[in-house]
Amino acid sequence: MTPRPRLAVWKFASCDGCQLSLLDCEDELLSLADAIEIANFPEASSAISAGPYDLSLVEGSITTAHDAERIREVRRQSKFLVTIGACATAGGIQALRNFADINDFVAAVYASPQYIQTLATSTPISAHVAVDFELRGCPINKLQLLEVITAYLAGRKPAIAAHSVCIECKQRGTVCVAVQGTPCLGPVTHAGCGAICPAYRRGCYGCYGPMETPNTAALAALLKSQGASERELLHAFRSFNAGAEAFAAQSRKHEPAAGGESP
Amino acid sequence: MSTETRNIRVDYLARVEGEGALDLHIRDGRVSSAQLRIFEPPRLFEALLRGRSHAEIPDIVARICGICPVAYQMSAVHAIEHAFGIHVAGPLRELRRLLYCGEWIESHALHVTMLHAPDFLGFDDVVQMARAHGDRVRGAIALKKAGNHLIQVLGGREIHPVSVKVGGFHRVPRRSELLPLAEELKRAQEQAIELLRWVSGFEFPDYQRDYEFVALRHPDEYPFNEGRLVSSGDIDIDIADFDREFEERHVAHSTALQARLRRRGAYLVGPLARYALNFDRLSPELQSLARDAGLGPVCRNPFQSIVVRAVELVYACTEALRIIDAYVEPEHAAVDVAPRAGVGYGCTEAPRGICWHRYQFDQDGSVVEARIVPPTSQNQPSIEADLAAVADAIIDAPDEVIRHRCEQSIRNYDPCISCATHFLNLTIHRP
Repeated sequence: MTPRPRLAVWKFASCDGCQLSLLDCEDELLSLADAIEIANFPEASSAISAGPYDLSLVEGSITTAHDAERIREVRRQSKFLVTIGACATAGGIQALRNFADINDFVAAVYASPQYIQTLATSTPISAHVAVDFELRGCPINKLQLLEVITAYLAGRKPAIAAHSVCIECKQRGTVCVAVQGTPCLGPVTHAGCGAICPAYRRGCYGCYGPMETPNTAALAALLKSQGASERELLHAFRSFNAGAEAFAAQSRKHEPAAGGESP
Repeated sequence: MSTETRNIRVDYLARVEGEGALDLHIRDGRVSSAQLRIFEPPRLFEALLRGRSHAEIPDIVARICGICPVAYQMSAVHAIEHAFGIHVAGPLRELRRLLYCGEWIESHALHVTMLHAPDFLGFDDVVQMARAHGDRVRGAIALKKAGNHLIQVLGGREIHPVSVKVGGFHRVPRRSELLPLAEELKRAQEQAIELLRWVSGFEFPDYQRDYEFVALRHPDEYPFNEGRLVSSGDIDIDIADFDREFEERHVAHSTALQARLRRRGAYLVGPLARYALNFDRLSPELQSLARDAGLGPVCRNPFQSIVVRAVELVYACTEALRIIDAYVEPEHAAVDVAPRAGVGYGCTEAPRGICWHRYQFDQDGSVVEARIVPPTSQNQPSIEADLAAVADAIIDAPDEVIRHRCEQSIRNYDPCISCATHFLNLTIHRP
């Protein structure tokens, strides 16, 4: 038997949901383990074998100096490095600190903030090391994760579309909620979830981050014409992918200092 | 008696959710300190929630934990509704219980099968275990899938479901969507009973501790979303009075806020506590299944928590079937919500134990202050006490044996370190 490619799963600041997606592949997990050697996946196995690894899946963002060092070591140990989820690709919800005073944030949670060692920012993996592929979503779609792993095993590019959630609503046959007046980030949001929110009678809230070349200004104008306040626009673009450049830039236009209403 | 000094370390705990390590110091034949070190970086949820709209809270707090997002959503919506003077009843309340059943099933099945059982049978992981126990593992994985499927139908996806909102749901299911789930859940119920029989036959270390159990207690239900906060001591309070009996301490030379009983220190939340305080809320059939599995009405052996989780798996499948059978589609997916200034409390039973939330809102319903007490930060003092006690009991054993027993002791709690870590950070030094 030829040696199987070696898989490692790494965690940084995150909720564990994206690596859990691998264990949620209930029908595929055991056969996946036949095709690939799970060499380092502490959430699932006590057997940890040393690197190098052929494929590393990285969950979470960089929020401590120690983790900034650790990701460099992970990169050194990994032939192909894939980030999984909004934390690893855009800094996650914890990147809201990037727009605030970190000392104020820490003091709000801890009685003795001087004991807490954390960076002022939450940054994506790509801000620290080269990344070979970024899989989006908060959380990722487990079927897309299987596609990325399968593509890696087959030596091809993963078939992951970069268009908007709108296309997925059409594919799903969901009646557009935006035209009915529900605030929806679908027109600027990266596909991949399968357009769940509009199918559940609510607007997309952008948890897959910006699509390729999103027209956020046009969407902001539409939302405003539907009655959204500057503060609502600020929060709409500043959530689970607050650190993604297109959303960060649009959110800044709705800050009180930028002419938006005070919150 | 040995006079040597031994230090036993595990640098990265496996098969737990999040990043932690273990430090055990042994001096003169006794454990001198047992530390569960948490190096999971803090994400500061209480801070980032400030200024956000009440309507955004269920989606934001879900991100505290990928394994138990429903618990955070449920505690949050109950706290928000409490602040705004809203009460959700009827089919919407039942649907919330149903969603919680899904989470208990997926989370307990994950822990029992993939994280905990390998300890008892000497495997590193579920993949290895499946080679020797293929049918049992496949049955348990199908059970986990049934829980996830339930969340997917109700919430759109298994992790961070999108349907929960203040006042109810964005969308409620048709009866015709739930009926096929009932078929799957009937099989899951049988698989859960099989799993219960299987794990009850494991060999458990002879160890008991006189925990003070803390859980919700409801007049006629095994608790999910509602009830008074009670203990096996003398506590019986409204959830709003949490601060009267419980405190979060910032220990010297520690960055951990640990929850403790003001009067008695460490306490235990989770399956063992729920079960002991609510055994009489289980049906006679389930009580007798528990007895057949070797459990009395109270279980004080933390290693047997795997058996109690299996009992709760049977309960969650049974309860889900009851709800689906009786389900009547509500006229509206949510009740009207009118924000107002005020404070609200929510406390629900996450798979790992009570998850307590308090929010203060201004008059437009924006968050002024948020406090979240997750189960694992409450259990941490108990985990450390267990570590010292189990290691003391086998102190002359080789390091490797002690190390394994300690790791197993931590996994007894199914700790959710990502959850706990907006309270716990970096190295914990205890005197």
